[in-house]
Amino acid sequence: MTKIVTDVVCPFCGTLCDDLEVKVSDDGTQILEVYNACVIGTEKFLHSQAKDRLKVPQMQDEEGNWKDVSIDDAVDYTAQMLCNAKKPLMYGWSSTNCEAQSTGNEIAEIVGAVVDNTATVCHGTTLIAVQDVGVPSCTLGEVKNRADRIVFWGCNPAHAHPRHMSRYSIFPRGFFTGKGHKARKMVVVDPRSTDTAKMADVHMQIEQGRDYELLSALRVAVRGAPLPETVAGIPRETIQDVAETLKSGRFVVIFFGMGVTQTLSKNHNIDMAISLTRDLNEYTKAAIMPMRGHYNVTGSGQVLGWQFGFPFCVDLSRGFARYNPGDSSSNDLLRRGEVDAVFVLGSDPGAHFPISSVKKIAQLPSVCVDPHHTPTSAVCKLHMPVAFVGVEEAGCAYRMDNVPIETRKVVEAPEGMVSDEEFLKMVLTRVKEIKGVA
Amino acid sequence: MAEYLIKNGFVFDPVLGINGDKADIAVKDGKIVESTALSNPQVIDAAGKTVMAAGVDIHAHVAGPKVNVGRNFRPEDKLFNCEAGKGVRRMAGGFSVPTVFRTGYLYARMGYGTVMEAAMPPLYARHTHEEMRDTPILDQGAYPVFGNNWFVLEYLKNNEMENVEAYISWLLRTTRGYAIKIVNPGGTEAWGWGLNCNSIHDPVPYFDITPAQIMKGLMDANEALRLPHSIHIHTNNLGNPGNFETTLETFKLFEGAKPNNDFGRKQVMHHTHVQFHSYGGDSWANVESKADEIMNYVNSHDNMTMDLGCVTLDETTTMTADGPFEHHLTELNHLKWANTDVELETAAGVVPYVYSPNIKVCGIQWAIGLELALMAKDPMRVFITTDHPNAGPFFRYPRVMKWLMSQKAREAQMDSLKWAEKVRGATFLSGLDRELTLYEIAAMTRAGTAQALGLADMYGSLKPGLQGDVAVYDYNPETAEDPELIEKAFSNAAYLLKGGEVVVKDGEIVSNGNKKTLWVDAKVNDNPQVRRDITEKFLRYYTVTEANYEVNEKVFMKNPYRIEVDATQ
Repeated sequence: MTKIVTDVVCPFCGTLCDDLEVKVSDDGTQILEVYNACVIGTEKFLHSQAKDRLKVPQMQDEEGNWKDVSIDDAVDYTAQMLCNAKKPLMYGWSSTNCEAQSTGNEIAEIVGAVVDNTATVCHGTTLIAVQDVGVPSCTLGEVKNRADRIVFWGCNPAHAHPRHMSRYSIFPRGFFTGKGHKARKMVVVDPRSTDTAKMADVHMQIEQGRDYELLSALRVAVRGAPLPETVAGIPRETIQDVAETLKSGRFVVIFFGMGVTQTLSKNHNIDMAISLTRDLNEYTKAAIMPMRGHYNVTGSGQVLGWQFGFPFCVDLSRGFARYNPGDSSSNDLLRRGEVDAVFVLGSDPGAHFPISSVKKIAQLPSVCVDPHHTPTSAVCKLHMPVAFVGVEEAGCAYRMDNVPIETRKVVEAPEGMVSDEEFLKMVLTRVKEIKGVA
Repeated sequence: MAEYLIKNGFVFDPVLGINGDKADIAVKDGKIVESTALSNPQVIDAAGKTVMAAGVDIHAHVAGPKVNVGRNFRPEDKLFNCEAGKGVRRMAGGFSVPTVFRTGYLYARMGYGTVMEAAMPPLYARHTHEEMRDTPILDQGAYPVFGNNWFVLEYLKNNEMENVEAYISWLLRTTRGYAIKIVNPGGTEAWGWGLNCNSIHDPVPYFDITPAQIMKGLMDANEALRLPHSIHIHTNNLGNPGNFETTLETFKLFEGAKPNNDFGRKQVMHHTHVQFHSYGGDSWANVESKADEIMNYVNSHDNMTMDLGCVTLDETTTMTADGPFEHHLTELNHLKWANTDVELETAAGVVPYVYSPNIKVCGIQWAIGLELALMAKDPMRVFITTDHPNAGPFFRYPRVMKWLMSQKAREAQMDSLKWAEKVRGATFLSGLDRELTLYEIAAMTRAGTAQALGLADMYGSLKPGLQGDVAVYDYNPETAEDPELIEKAFSNAAYLLKGGEVVVKDGEIVSNGNKKTLWVDAKVNDNPQVRRDITEKFLRYYTVTEANYEVNEKVFMKNPYRIEVDATQ
């Protein structure tokens, strides 16, 4: 007999859908089907069942040959590496639960590491902008129940957050939005004609990298002040129409992604987008929300916040928490050669960092903790395979609107495999022994 | 567990009626005991020192989503106050919104053992519990907000009291909450459309119910449920000139109501941070204190309690579930503004604020907070708070005590205000020569708050049988003359015993204690209608499933302490 596990939380993207149903084998070891999830989420569950899955830690020697080692050896190598380093970098944290993040932070505190998460290359600019101007926002249920004006700026949920529009933003019928998408106006700002853009009532096909200008122009138009004939490739009339559409809405939401956080102007773009949202609150109700990528990058920012006071780029190497993006951020540290060991958990800088940073990781003592063999493990000295959080291990994760949800354990991990948190707890114990801390 | 004998201190305990007499306090197995019960105690010499039960804070914002927004969006709040870890201490930092570690340490160093988080958005209960779990030493509980909850609004509108009670019982259990918090009733729901309810009679958009009906209905439900704490109100129209009338109208809603509980609680309503609700005048140009009218009412009605919300003249971070107020504030000071509207439940806003001694209104606010305490006839019903961090950070309580205990100290502060004469003209403070005693301070910070929370059988006194929570301060009430000594001594407890264990010694943290997380489990009769309504709302309007809403006690709470109430009769 098979059984169905309900209310499963998807550990893929920041949408954190929690209505999945997973059919598992009677003995609880095999996932047979995944219902309600998008294709990416489904793959994440099914991939845990891969026959060629890594189950044993491996170390790479100087010639690049891999050999199997025990978990105890992996723990010891990791602990020694972190304790011996003057300023280790502990990076990632976005694809694991808050319990593991918390344990990692405690290790970082004892060894004097820099803790940074993937926001450093995605929505870190957003976090900086929030420190400049704040953020009027809401939960996704407010969008579903109230919002009648939706803007997607520099993001493509049709591909990156596939259920966002159906669960929260465009199609659902909520308490005050009984007509669903028929009573919503959808505006997309994107230089590309994406699948999201094709669905929009208005697609502002902006010139690449001119977001700051267009956001400023919208603020001008909202105030009814004069504009030049075109801004960022968009005709004045379109800008004025969009401003009017937003002002006439009952509840406006702006969602934005890396198309605007990682282009020219970076955090200044987001300052302007937030300021536009503030302005709109003079006329109607308006909110803004980043489209966070990893399913628990938001959680890492939260845990770092309540423990150290900063959401990313936290440098603990001086014995107290320091925060200075551009200085204490991963790529800056790597490229300046300022760190002497690298620990990666819950992300893949080998695939996403500039090659100059990846080369540095390859030259340093380094550990990659990941269920998969990734481009990061290829350049690390130790690869530690672990159970899948959200599939084989429960724990807290934060959705893009900061709502925390406890992910569920669906199947047992292969025998002998440990979770992120368990591995980190073993490292913590060893670190305390080495450092002689109680 | 170790035994302790705290010898020869000047003991202040309003519950036992001990007013500065020299006495020995005995602690064994985590509890206060008679000294004859000890066999081989460690002796703590408290000669020349003040001894009280550990402090109990009835209202502070110390954990949860809006608190963490305050931390994360204010890196400037961490300037010059980061501390390295040492011994059992973790790294700590933050001024107006300290990290969880610093929160635990600073409270403990003030001799506090219990702190209630004053506003928990139910959808974010898990986050609030995660932060409380990581906060060392302190026993804590959190109040879920109910005053803008759609279930409550709909049931009350239809006068379905049994359904309100069943829903409250369900939500307290599901979120592991402690009490019924009400913030800007109706106004925060109106804020979903950018609107507000400025009086207690403004109808809530769509729901067609008034704030007065919400507050009165929740009070009736609270008493029917026999909960340990009363409803905990932050009424409408906070922070506006002339709002004392709204406050008095709110008070009057509860006239004649009687408490119904087995916890020794005597009030039906606690009104919080009354300083923010005691303004006369009709603009910022002529705002003035109405502390006299407010306290005349409070003094003559013993079925209510209140806390002060004292302005401490610091730079701080305001945060409240009063969403429209925070928007109003950002329009006023043009500083950064964070807001989060929470589906079906509430909203919250966060805005930094500087209470400058150079601004007249700030001086008036400072004076009003103190006046409320100095005009109080019953210190067991009027409690010291700063509505941390709204009117100032909690670690200024010793400074507030200094002002309340010394006219000289508050006159010195008054003189340093830029608009001292205008502040004097708009307030009563300079005419008040009362100086509170340590006995009254003990009532306002531990005995009274424990009683109002329904926790008098655990905290707030040194009566045998209560928790072994004892604070010893290096303050000699017989010889101390300089008011600065008050602030210094009460900021740096000589000892704090928490649950019978020494956690502070000579002002230094020596243990992270063994904190408890308090929550209330009120049993009601099965209510299929409410069960059905909950399921339907989760299916149609929430964005998490019903099965993913409940806070998992084992994962998210440290030493959960369930207080059971049976309201099935």
